Amino acid sequence: MQKYRFLSHTADAKFQAFGKTLEEAFSNAALATASLMWDPKKIEKKKELQVEIAGNDIKQLLNCFLEEIIYLLDSKMFLLSSAEKVRVKKEGSRYSLKALFRGDEYSNKYEIHGNIKAITYNEMKVEKRDHFMVQVVVDV
Amino acid sequence: MELKKINEYTWEIPKSGNMKVPTIIYASARLLDDIKRDLTLHQAKNVACLRGIQRTAYVMPDAHQGYGFPIGGVAIFDMDEGIISPGGVGYDINCGVRLLRTDYSERDIQEKRKELLAEIFRAVPAGVGKSGITRLNRNVLLEVCVKGAEWAIENGYGTKEDLIRTEEYGRMKGADPRYLSQRAIERGIPQLGTLGAGNHFLEIQKVSEIYDQQVAQVFGIDSEGQILVMIHCGSRGLGHQVASDYIRSMENKFGIRGLPDRELINAPIRSGLGQQYYKSMCAAVNYAFANRQMIAHWVRDVFAKVMGSSEGMDQIYDVCHNVAKFEKHKINEQLKEVCIHRKGATRSFGPGREEIPDVYRSVGQPVIIPGSMGTASYILAGTEEAERLSFGSTAHGAGRVMSRHEARRRFRGERIKEELERKGIELECTSWRGVAEEASQAYKDVDEVVRVSHEVGIGKLVARVVPVGVMKG
Repeated sequence: MQKYRFLSHTADAKFQAFGKTLEEAFSNAALATASLMWDPKKIEKKKELQVEIAGNDIKQLLNCFLEEIIYLLDSKMFLLSSAEKVRVKKEGSRYSLKALFRGDEYSNKYEIHGNIKAITYNEMKVEKRDHFMVQVVVDV
Repeated sequence: MELKKINEYTWEIPKSGNMKVPTIIYASARLLDDIKRDLTLHQAKNVACLRGIQRTAYVMPDAHQGYGFPIGGVAIFDMDEGIISPGGVGYDINCGVRLLRTDYSERDIQEKRKELLAEIFRAVPAGVGKSGITRLNRNVLLEVCVKGAEWAIENGYGTKEDLIRTEEYGRMKGADPRYLSQRAIERGIPQLGTLGAGNHFLEIQKVSEIYDQQVAQVFGIDSEGQILVMIHCGSRGLGHQVASDYIRSMENKFGIRGLPDRELINAPIRSGLGQQYYKSMCAAVNYAFANRQMIAHWVRDVFAKVMGSSEGMDQIYDVCHNVAKFEKHKINEQLKEVCIHRKGATRSFGPGREEIPDVYRSVGQPVIIPGSMGTASYILAGTEEAERLSFGSTAHGAGRVMSRHEARRRFRGERIKEELERKGIELECTSWRGVAEEASQAYKDVDEVVRVSHEVGIGKLVARVVPVGVMKG
């Protein structure tokens, strides 16, 4: 199965990420987000960060989860290679997520080709048919 | 959707359904075609449905689809009944443009053009891993958010004269950084004094045409061939985080039921959350003013080093094009204080407005409209008509028409650099891919945007400038 694909959007970047499970779709959405700034395949997995996120609904959870990538870049110069061990839990009406971010701290050997301002709710979708699909528009 | 033609450049979406006011679009038939290609008009109609909106929602000639509110949108709200919305300001709070004049002509810098640009590229940090200054501590950052460009002046980045020639004199008084999240602060600390990427740029430009000699002179633009420097950037990660944080808090407090678009989420202006957003937004506005002030200072340093002097490099003006403010406007012939949202729109106050400095009060404020990479930019003057027609607002730039993805497919950064060089324009950049994404063909025709602004009367043409050197973040 394709991990993610980009769709046309006038001003910004729009992608769909897929997975057999919701967790896999989230993990692939993290790859798509990172790919707007660097090539995640070229980032060494030298550092590990445990990430915990909560959201009032599934879209807010996805929004916060992907925002973590930008936050870690801006504040800790962390470049994501992969989001592993993603676990989503529903407790009452709220959602929580745990994941392991693997990657490396920025250094000159890495090429950065883009910048993300924010993860938006514009045209955001979280769907389940044969498999899971999440759609996100990113303000770049 | 019903669209009524009022005249050659004015179109109206009449009030219908849940709309509390009509929507007016200023565009030529050609620009309207661009605008119709995405959800701009649909989003403008949503804005017209918001609580407490006054008189009319406006759409500027360069408008395109945004989040919640369209980009190129202007709306004002009653202070008691109305709302304030992070989506009405945008993620890049106080994204704006600063313009410096010089006493140099194109001929003076001809030999040193390459060196000037290369030195600027070294002096002005852009891209990941480049910090503006030695790591700030938290307390200094909070001070920056309170004092804005004043902080930069106090710390040796420029002169008090610069403050006079900055919108809000470089400091919005409503700022209270106590309402910033820890994340916003953490993102802001390493990025102060950096250009950022995306559509942000710094250009060495030459004046190519002067339309209004008298006003140009007041602005410090004397002759064709004169060199200017334009800086286009915003509040970086700190501002983006403020927008994301308050969209989330407002959702959690008020819920999203009934909202046609989640980023239309808002809070009553006078509510606790509304006030907290406003105070945080002002903090981000101030951060951006300080940011541009520092960059301007480094540009002057480079000119002093390379050209021997930076004398005469006065600031023409600094404008913000993503902001919410409390301003006085005429509603039903009565002047009243309202909350104006300008998202991708530039303030365009005409002669006499008390908000503009003495030096410009007789001619109207300078309005700076950047083009896309490698194309012309424009300097306009604010008008009294604009106050009547668009609550003192006009366009903010070219506006995209092609996706970045498509631009990358069609253009190559290296080729664009060669083409620009053939036109006599130098380019320095942090990424080829970024250059391809910003290809001028991916943008609307800025010439047409400013022509409409001039014809409608919401911003009068003063001068046209073209780049001789471009630095892309």
